[in-house]
Amino acid sequence: MTGERILEVTNLWKSFGGVHAMSGVSFDLHKGEVVGIIGPNGAGKTTLVNLLTGFVKPDDGRITFMGERIDGLPPHKIALRGLARTFQVMRPFHTMAAYKNLIVPLNSPRVRKTRSGALGDLDSVAIDILEEIGFERDARVPYKTAGSLPLGYLKRLELARCLALQPVIVLCDEVFSGMSMSEIASMLPLLEKMQMNGITLMMVEHRLRELFKLAGRVMVINFGEKIADGPPAEVMEDPAVKKAYMGAEDRK
Amino acid sequence: MEMSERRKKRLDRSITVRSRGLYALSSWREMTFLLLPRVALVALLCALPLMLDMYWQRVFCAAATYAMLALAFDFLAQYAGLVCLGLSMFIGLGGYVSGSLNHYWGWPIWVTIPLASVTGAALGTLALVLCLRLRGVYFAIVSFMLPLFLVSFIVATSILGSTEGISSLDYLPNIWVEQYLLVGALLVALFGLRRLMTEDFGIILQAVKDNDQAVKASGIDITAYKIKALFLAALIGSFCGAYLSHLYGWLGLSMFAMDFSILPIAATVMGGMGTLAGPVIGAFVLTPLSEALRGFGQLRVVLYSLILLAFILYKPEGILNYLERKYFQFERWEKV
Repeated sequence: MTGERILEVTNLWKSFGGVHAMSGVSFDLHKGEVVGIIGPNGAGKTTLVNLLTGFVKPDDGRITFMGERIDGLPPHKIALRGLARTFQVMRPFHTMAAYKNLIVPLNSPRVRKTRSGALGDLDSVAIDILEEIGFERDARVPYKTAGSLPLGYLKRLELARCLALQPVIVLCDEVFSGMSMSEIASMLPLLEKMQMNGITLMMVEHRLRELFKLAGRVMVINFGEKIADGPPAEVMEDPAVKKAYMGAEDRK
Repeated sequence: MEMSERRKKRLDRSITVRSRGLYALSSWREMTFLLLPRVALVALLCALPLMLDMYWQRVFCAAATYAMLALAFDFLAQYAGLVCLGLSMFIGLGGYVSGSLNHYWGWPIWVTIPLASVTGAALGTLALVLCLRLRGVYFAIVSFMLPLFLVSFIVATSILGSTEGISSLDYLPNIWVEQYLLVGALLVALFGLRRLMTEDFGIILQAVKDNDQAVKASGIDITAYKIKALFLAALIGSFCGAYLSHLYGWLGLSMFAMDFSILPIAATVMGGMGTLAGPVIGAFVLTPLSEALRGFGQLRVVLYSLILLAFILYKPEGILNYLERKYFQFERWEKV
């Protein structure tokens, strides 16, 4: 089900002061797969997302995306190549209407280039994307100020901002956190649809049950090190993972 | 994600969206309601020079200059997230470039004013771009120091007239050019910037202010946008500088004076931050006020400060925000 290798991470290091946030992590991502990143709090999951998207510069190691090195590039240049991300703490442009939020990525050179002049009306493109991501239930929602939207819609807006970039990979930093079961249930098909459209998803998650419905592969990170990588069922049986992630060994 | 295939289908939606911005199209009455304040402002600005005597015409020029600087300040602070306390640098750069070209090479003012506006803006932008890595208050502090630095530079190197300045520059041809060149520039700057803020460029600037990280993650180079915003503000300021040098036929160190940096900020606070038109109104209230208080001699500054203080305490939203609220509100007494 997975295609060519599009992201290659080799021996990634990052320390903040004396703390090793990332110590020698290596992995690959293949086109069309959904990979879950799990690990206890403070394990370095978000740091990994920040490193991949250029928000934090790695101390050492190499990140190759579609055959080109991207480590050390500024965030907007990485985003322009099609590596989009969401933020764990949502960052909408809160003073604007929801659909206006998407005008920003739609103005990036990446989108302008692919649409090559046939941009048409950006507002309608923005509304289309929002509908696709689940804003259709109430037609007025896209016109509301982003700051006034409830959490579920903000999460969708984060994803919509990524989609507007026509991404190759989307790094989701805890999209499910803080959402109710029903909200997550309505979110899952959207993510599945993204995957079917050929977008590779890397999902940092705490909600394992929901994650495992999507992810064909899971990586476990603890203290900045990758301690397991494989299909969810296998990984969760790994003793090291049980110890690190699920708590003490003796817990049944 | 083939969005291009679906676009046509939802075309009507986008019309709804756009008409939301132009909701007044529904009737002439509403359109007049919306247009009235704008027309009133334009009419007032055009009519004022006709009604004033020589002395107050000069005050009007000063007020309009401060209004443009306040506009530049408000635009940078509220829309680009850059608090620039060194507005007098723009005045100084524009004035010195224009005056020098006129004095040393004898270029006519119709060449020097536009040229100095652009050159001064480019120089001012360059100076501030170097500070762009600084954020918030640190950017503000360094921007405040830049005009002081330029003054020291001119004095220390004894160039461009040093402390004396350069006098006998060409004057603007007549009083009407004086007045209406400035009124025209102010209106272009005001309505131009307001329009720009509803365009994609303005939306991205606002996004940068709301959340620069998310703009970066959207594949937009925020530095490029900040530079463009700085250039626009510097262009407005430099034009004022070039204009002033030919209004007074003189250039000198007082072009870098703190007045040009501080008064526009006070005008912005008084007029209503983030409204663009508010700072203009603020400048047109504050400048004549400061003139009218001249009779009080030394007490003038105290009174002036008290009025400002009262405004900040009792109407912190500013004149325009208050008026706008009242204008769009419908109030009526009802029996309980």
